[in-house]
Amino acid sequence: MTSSTYAVARSAKIRWHPALVRGAPVIVIVAALIVVWYVAAVLMNMGVVRDAFEREDTPYTTAQLIEGTLTAERPLLPAPHQIIATFADDVFGWPVTSPRSLVYHSWVTLSATFLGFLLGASFGIILAVLIVHARTLEKSLLPWIICSQMVPILAVAPIVIVVLGSIGLRGLLPKAIISAYLCFFPVTIGVVKGLTSPDPIQRDLMHTWSATPAQIFWKLRWPSSVPFLFASLKVSITISLIGAIVAELPTGAQAGIGARLLAGSYYGQTVQIWAALLAASILAMGLIGLVALVERWVGRIMGTRA
Amino acid sequence: MTSAWRRIAFLAAAAGMLAALVAPLSSEPAAGLLARPLPLAAIVLTALLYAAAGFVTRRLSTALALGGVVLGCIGTLALLRDTAIAGYAAWGFWLAVLADWGAAWLAVAGLAAVRPHDKTVARITDLAIPLLFGAFIFYLWEVAVRGFGVPQVLLPPPSLIAVRFFGSLWMLWQDFFQTFILGVLTGYAIGCGSGFLVAVLAHRYTFLGRGLLPLGNFVSALPIVGIAPIMVMWFGFDWPSKAAVVVVITFFPMLVNTLAGLNAAGHIERDLMRSYAAGHRQTLQKLYLPAAMPFIFTALKINSTLAFIGAIVAEFFGTPTRGIGFRISIEAGRMALDVVWAEIALAAIAGMAFYGIVALAERATTFWHPSYRT
Repeated sequence: MTSSTYAVARSAKIRWHPALVRGAPVIVIVAALIVVWYVAAVLMNMGVVRDAFEREDTPYTTAQLIEGTLTAERPLLPAPHQIIATFADDVFGWPVTSPRSLVYHSWVTLSATFLGFLLGASFGIILAVLIVHARTLEKSLLPWIICSQMVPILAVAPIVIVVLGSIGLRGLLPKAIISAYLCFFPVTIGVVKGLTSPDPIQRDLMHTWSATPAQIFWKLRWPSSVPFLFASLKVSITISLIGAIVAELPTGAQAGIGARLLAGSYYGQTVQIWAALLAASILAMGLIGLVALVERWVGRIMGTRA
Repeated sequence: MTSAWRRIAFLAAAAGMLAALVAPLSSEPAAGLLARPLPLAAIVLTALLYAAAGFVTRRLSTALALGGVVLGCIGTLALLRDTAIAGYAAWGFWLAVLADWGAAWLAVAGLAAVRPHDKTVARITDLAIPLLFGAFIFYLWEVAVRGFGVPQVLLPPPSLIAVRFFGSLWMLWQDFFQTFILGVLTGYAIGCGSGFLVAVLAHRYTFLGRGLLPLGNFVSALPIVGIAPIMVMWFGFDWPSKAAVVVVITFFPMLVNTLAGLNAAGHIERDLMRSYAAGHRQTLQKLYLPAAMPFIFTALKINSTLAFIGAIVAEFFGTPTRGIGFRISIEAGRMALDVVWAEIALAAIAGMAFYGIVALAERATTFWHPSYRT
């Protein structure tokens, strides 16, 4: 080793691998959160467990007390391993069609989510196309669409269920309509943005080629709105999942993740609630991943450079 | 639309109005329009206004059409006061409503086509168009519900909802106080405040920021409202549990947005602060926080709607006998839909006012931002 390379090596700062720079803080924070969780679980459940011991008049050691807080049947705050154990049992411990299986409940919610997302997204796209092409609609309807989002829309959910129920619609469709109502907005706004995103120069070019409005739409506006469309679809599919879950709350639904939450809160089954929440989170991630997958596929077909 | 098409459309609207004179108004035996002097006068005058609107300049025609629409609405609503028509309306009546609708569309289109040079006039028209549109939607709702005789358990007319709203102001105020003032506002203040503080810390200590940002983005995509039953279990049925849900819901959007905003300050500005030998506190106060303001307000606006939703959902899991969400689920079960709609109107007004106040505060504090320069 010559003296010059030695000097360079000494003066250079230590360079961590970029994956480490990004990954390490997340891992540390998550680990810290898990530790905090366990401590909180011990502290929060301690009162209940101590009462139980004292009621039975059994002497107990601190170790037994702490063990009790982490294995309690109905803890105030279940420990992470309890949640994962219950989750695994709910998912793998029962046949998929059994109403005790979390897969079954997830499927019920997921079907409403998909239907609602399909309805909401298509409605949102149609609305956006109309708004872009009719100035009257843009001026008169768009402010109301924006206002509709400042209204706590979930408040309407019970009525939608009651009204649709009284004209004979039950089960999947009312839930899907609520979730569609919640999720159309990001799509509308995103697609309006996308359809108006081509530069005036590009539109002028289309005019010089004497393109018809339909041609301008299909060859210029629509392709340039696709990235915006997918960005808003990712937002809207999680909203649609939230809509489907919430729609199960006021209806007293028998199946679905929302029903699972409701049942858990009625019977004090905290671990069951947390397991259902975990399932909902995994579903949300999966749905976003699905949209991202479709985005890449569409991108490859349309020849976008990734 | 060319003026020829406009003329044809207005004449069609006038013809539709006049057709109501001879066509049956009701499927029940009821007096025709010719036997009712006041509605007759309104309808004939409306038809005349529409016909005239087809032959004058664009601006005048919009004004005439607007006058006609108002008169037409009054005329048709007056007809619905007759119990022989309400619920049994026949095609003569619906033709008049349809003509009114067409003329209203033409009027709004005319208004939207006006591009005034004066800024205040432009702002007024921009406000007037959606208001007129909304008012007409309410008119259609009222006429459709009363004309078809839709049972009240399905959909009450807006007039009934308004009567219920102003008739039970005290109950509405109690629900509003319970849900909004106690639940939403408390939770919103704590959630946004703590999200802001954690973001400032995470910005100061980069390691914390690198760990929290992906986590915050992840959690923002989760259905957090699901924690509502847990919070109800921890904090009881009263408002603290609602506030707790709101805290959790509003925390992460605030954290993520504030952090993004604090990182928005450019290199040059940061170098300038260094060359002034400004400490971290000074840099934060004079550079980072002002630069983050637009982002913070974005989070505040997102949170204003999220907070309300969170509080209402939490009420589905158990409440004292007050609150907007509680009232809605109870009264919907009792089929008292006019009360439910009055509560929804309350929630809508409160939600829009909340958002509006935050948006106004944004204008007052970030007036310097490029997006407000025109």
